[in-house]
Amino acid sequence: MQRYSFLSLCRHALGQHRGWAPVWRTRPLRDRYSAIIVGAGGHGLAAAYHLAKDHGITDVAVLEAGWLGGGNVARNTVTIRSNYMRDESIPFYVKSVAMYEALTRDLNFNLMHSRRTMIDVLQTWGMVRDRRRRRLIMDIYGSTYRDIDVAELRRRIPALTGGGPGSRLPILGAAVHTDAAVNRHDAVAWGYARAADAMGVEIHQQTPVRTLLRGADGAIAGVETARGPVRAPVVALAVSGHTTTLTETVGLRLPLRTINLTAFVSEPVKPVVDVVVNCPDLGVYLSQSDKGELVIGGATDLGQSFRRDIKQSVFEDTVAAMLELFPAFRRLKLMRQWGGHLDMAHDASPIVSATDIAGLIVSAGWWGGYKAIPAGGAGLAHLIATGRPDALTAPFGLNRFRHLDYVIETGTTTAR
Amino acid sequence: MLVLDCPFCGPRNESEFAYGGPALAPRPADPSAVSDADWVDWLTVPPNPMGEVEERWWHLRGCGAWLTVRRHTVTHAVTEVRLGR
Repeated sequence: MQRYSFLSLCRHALGQHRGWAPVWRTRPLRDRYSAIIVGAGGHGLAAAYHLAKDHGITDVAVLEAGWLGGGNVARNTVTIRSNYMRDESIPFYVKSVAMYEALTRDLNFNLMHSRRTMIDVLQTWGMVRDRRRRRLIMDIYGSTYRDIDVAELRRRIPALTGGGPGSRLPILGAAVHTDAAVNRHDAVAWGYARAADAMGVEIHQQTPVRTLLRGADGAIAGVETARGPVRAPVVALAVSGHTTTLTETVGLRLPLRTINLTAFVSEPVKPVVDVVVNCPDLGVYLSQSDKGELVIGGATDLGQSFRRDIKQSVFEDTVAAMLELFPAFRRLKLMRQWGGHLDMAHDASPIVSATDIAGLIVSAGWWGGYKAIPAGGAGLAHLIATGRPDALTAPFGLNRFRHLDYVIETGTTTAR
Repeated sequence: MLVLDCPFCGPRNESEFAYGGPALAPRPADPSAVSDADWVDWLTVPPNPMGEVEERWWHLRGCGAWLTVRRHTVTHAVTEVRLGR
């Protein structure tokens, strides 16, 4: 792997930048591997990286239906935070946020990681109580949450001019989560892919998996792709909204529903908001990217959906909610909109688990899974390599449904 | 925006309705005859096809009826709206 540094940049500048090697290789698809990971998104690539780095398993193929980093890793709002509610969730997300902080150095790839405080704008007493409860729980696990008053909130976010005493929902207070961050989603996918490829993992783009294959003993035998069958004793699915589409091909039912989550960006403007602003009472959150675009996230469509566009009604509601608090933003033009379809488990917590089919592993139910990529990938790799979950992902097994022992996580979306 | 054809009010915008989740299969008639695994399956595993699903919608800002809607999860095409389950 060519390492990136100031020195290498200077050296290649002298050669007019003609000497750079491809960031990852394209190799012929073999018909047998030690493990297959379906989906070259954040979780799939992170798992491949940790398989090679932590467990020394490099005979791995990552199969991607489209192009690398073109799925849900590119269809989110890049918000990284750890303000969760449950004993099971908080240590996992605290670890993931910490791994993100070190990731640029670990991968030798600039993720443009930018630590931003997240501020929750609270407009109902119920939400004030909810955040106080969340702060007390988070204190136990070393995540940060602090209350500030309205004057301090308006000092820190001058663009926040709405929500005054005469408005529909006057602002009552705010909560500050200093661990939050944003970074560049493409760089996360590319950085993991480059590091995994350098250790020998094969990444195959344009290789959609049609069905899963089972052997005569009922265990998983491999996958049938558009480029022919590929065999492996272990198959891990990290395919976001399409987990059940694949598991149904071998008759496995999972407690997942696929839904579509709304996001859009404005035209780039000069720096106006330097934190992630979350408005849980209105159901909208936003941050400003390094390019200057406001990245705005809203609610989900009602009902199951495999679409990747956004519904006009959800879009209008999100814009209207944002303008209640940021009336000046009504002059912004909106540039792009997208939906990401994700599968939500029955209890809204993720699933990183072995299944009833020997050798088949799923990493699913990631609703807001971008922040979970480093720890989720490490956990998935541990499960693939050893057959057992690591300590942080152990609570997210499928067994919890069998025992009705749900992880009811109300901190799942920032908008709630 | 979906347009749901309420049997009482006619075609109305989705914003008049509240989503009530997937329409579950009928509750097992003899609960004691059902195994634990089948109960959990009935309770937690909804159909999730790239195709038609049945779901419950409440005409909250209209006549107040609970409707069952058959809708495609890729095209959003609504093929049936009926009163009750």
